[in-house]
Amino acid sequence: MTLLGQFSLWVALLLGVWATLVSFSGRWQDRPQLADSISGAVYGIFAALVVASLALWKGLVTHDFNIEYVASYTSRNLPSGYIFSAFWAGQKGSLLFWAVVLALFGALAQLLTPRRYRALLPYVGGVTSAVIAFFVCTMVFAANPFERMAFTPADGRGLNPQLQNPGMMIHPPMLYLGYISLTVPFAFAIAALLSRSLDTGWIHAIRKWTLVSWLFLSIGITLGMWWAYVELGWGGYWAWDPVENASLLPWLTMTAFLHSVMIQEKRGMLKRWNLGLIIGTFLLSIFGTFITRSGVIASVHSFTQSSVGYFFLAFLVISGILSFTLLHTRWPSLKAEVQLESVLSREAAFLFNNLLLVGIAFSVLWGTLFPILSELVRGSKITVGPPFFNRVNVPLGLLLLGLTGIGPLIAWRKASPANLRRQFTWPVASGVVTLAALLAAGARDLYALMALGLAGFVAGTLWQEFHRGVRARRRMHGESVPVAFGRLVGRNRRRYGGYLVHVGVLVYFVAFSGMAFRREIEATLKPGESATIASPFGHTYKLTHMGVSQFEALNRIVSAATVSVSKDGRSLGLMTSEKRQHVDSFGRPTFEPSTEVGIRSNLQEDLYITFAGAVGGTEEAVYRFTINPLVWWVWFGGFVLAFGGLVTMWPGGPTIVSSPRRAQPGYQATLAGAGTAAE
Amino acid sequence: MSDLTRRHFLGRLAAAALLPIQGQDSLAGRGEAGSLRDPAAAGRPRAPTELADYDERIKAIEQRLACSCGCTLDIFTCRTTDFTCTYSPQLHRKVVEMDRAGRTAQEILDAFVAEYGEKALMAPRPEGFNLWGYLLPGSAILLAGGALVALISRRRVAVAGVSGGDTRSARVPDDGGRLDRPGGSVEPPATPEEMERLRRALAEVQD
Repeated sequence: MTLLGQFSLWVALLLGVWATLVSFSGRWQDRPQLADSISGAVYGIFAALVVASLALWKGLVTHDFNIEYVASYTSRNLPSGYIFSAFWAGQKGSLLFWAVVLALFGALAQLLTPRRYRALLPYVGGVTSAVIAFFVCTMVFAANPFERMAFTPADGRGLNPQLQNPGMMIHPPMLYLGYISLTVPFAFAIAALLSRSLDTGWIHAIRKWTLVSWLFLSIGITLGMWWAYVELGWGGYWAWDPVENASLLPWLTMTAFLHSVMIQEKRGMLKRWNLGLIIGTFLLSIFGTFITRSGVIASVHSFTQSSVGYFFLAFLVISGILSFTLLHTRWPSLKAEVQLESVLSREAAFLFNNLLLVGIAFSVLWGTLFPILSELVRGSKITVGPPFFNRVNVPLGLLLLGLTGIGPLIAWRKASPANLRRQFTWPVASGVVTLAALLAAGARDLYALMALGLAGFVAGTLWQEFHRGVRARRRMHGESVPVAFGRLVGRNRRRYGGYLVHVGVLVYFVAFSGMAFRREIEATLKPGESATIASPFGHTYKLTHMGVSQFEALNRIVSAATVSVSKDGRSLGLMTSEKRQHVDSFGRPTFEPSTEVGIRSNLQEDLYITFAGAVGGTEEAVYRFTINPLVWWVWFGGFVLAFGGLVTMWPGGPTIVSSPRRAQPGYQATLAGAGTAAE
Repeated sequence: MSDLTRRHFLGRLAAAALLPIQGQDSLAGRGEAGSLRDPAAAGRPRAPTELADYDERIKAIEQRLACSCGCTLDIFTCRTTDFTCTYSPQLHRKVVEMDRAGRTAQEILDAFVAEYGEKALMAPRPEGFNLWGYLLPGSAILLAGGALVALISRRRVAVAGVSGGDTRSARVPDDGGRLDRPGGSVEPPATPEEMERLRRALAEVQD
């Protein structure tokens, strides 16, 4: 099967190169039949990569340890679910996974793009084929998943214990899907530039793709936080690690694009900016891949250092130069149709929102690269960790949260003082009341107070928007509140789905601020001994060590330390944290012992226990007990965010009529005269 | 018995089944610590926790110092997360010794920098070239924001100048007509097509 896999990779590479060359030369030479053949080539690449993927999966499932990749990431006693996910657990397999999914997306773009945008498809096929060809080329020449060894070991090394978590079966694919699907909007942007079809057509063609990318990135990042929280054992979910930062960068710029594209659709402005954002987002996804795979920056998440980093660096530089040069050549054709007139307008609020999102992205990128820069300039190594990122980014994040509440309140084009008074009164009151309540409750952490106060303001904004919409529907149609709410969201999915996303962001910020009230203790307990830890919500947990039991399970020897938990004297049951020594099928240890935490979660807080180890080979156990407030809300915020994204992209909504002048004052005047809630 | 739900019944059944097992554990709850069958499988041997291990002051210092094992974590997080690390416990002991010797937090940080270089700090000191790291993102955003405000204000003045120096003319006309464009040309009132589009937009909002 490895021979078939190798052969398929070569077929995909040759088809990719051919499709890339033909897509451009076909258009330039005015030979449409050549350009039209691109679709066939894209489907062919996809078929070849599916065959290669099946060949690797067969190697994994049949324990063909002569394949270096199979021996490195699986063992005979690895649970079957993880054998399946080992496909993307290592450098080489994940490159193949990337290539096959990109080929799938490339084929879907050819299949699903509406007829009116078909003129762009040959170039789209050319760009996606070029990117696929790059990934396949990297595999063939630097990281071949079908590489065979000179001997066949009796068993494989197995999967890293930290990757043996259900979250790792879905987190990497989700993140990859986000990263990979960014190539399609990029391909459409390049196609629009090459074909000089610079109206809003390309934007409508990529609308679903941008939302899909954003959605997958959002889900992938949230799942990554969840995995770090339950698996890494340090009690947090975000550490500003370079690889975490790499996933955040394209999410930030794509979020900026999803806002600024509305200005282009409604007012015909920001054309250059939007193209720049799409190109930048694609390059950031490649940059993230470069960081993860090159070993140039130390990270707990990165793959083994290898030569593929050079391939990615070269690809990053070449794509950046070509893309921005192309954008530069079309610069005069991308002039705005109208100009921004007031700082107090929704357009300006969106611009400031973009400025902050891109500014935060720059700040994160700057912090991630600063150690390299510092070493280049000063010759000395430095560490840029969470204290740096928090100091620089938390104020920017709070500003962004504030803008989340301000944006929906300001009218398009120009807001009048009366409009501002009417719109801001209740949200500001909501923020002030929240702040006063927190101060009265004794909260004193500055950032947490600011975050929660702003959250109150944003909640007021969102409540007001939904309330007015529902009230208008009830008045006009006499509907009940749930029906009016459902139809309000269902018939204006983009606007109210966007607001649901804002609710998710709001919940995120509230949950993040909970970490300011975190409590933790360490304790060494003999069986029967207890430790207590006070919650910031006023109650106290008593944790009694019950003992350490050892047993064998699947592919590991487990040492489970158990505590009995009571809250203010009321028993809550038992919690267990484990040390796991993974072994191969011959019982030989494969990795250092790993830690599995015990978590008891409710709406207020998580009780998080970690078994640090045993004293002197006895049942006397060292524990770390942590209370993490509001963590449940992080996952709920992620769910709301994803749900809002789904509502926004759900098919079948009203057709978007492209008009750069939709937000003209005459419209506003008439709308106001009609007495609607619309802005 | 009629009040007993299936869930409660199964719960009691499980508890009854587990009771003998708990009873066999002679050590639980008696303050003694029996030996583990396979101590090596339970991770590296640990020493009992001391007061200094979770002292808030020590913790605050350690959270500003990077572990040298290459994990990218600070000493406190590394020693309380990756219990396989051999570096962070040693570095922790070093911090505790310095603290016991009466050194201040800043002196301890300085001592680590002197021994391991500036990379021992989790965040570079805000001085010299490092100031670029701290100030550039915020300054760039402020500058760009200021430039944006200035640009929009200048355009607003230009619009007002073209339309007779009265900024009120940039407001929505009562008759629903168009604004004067920056170029000075006055657009005609809305066409029937545009009015139809408006009606569609209104219907979209109202439906």
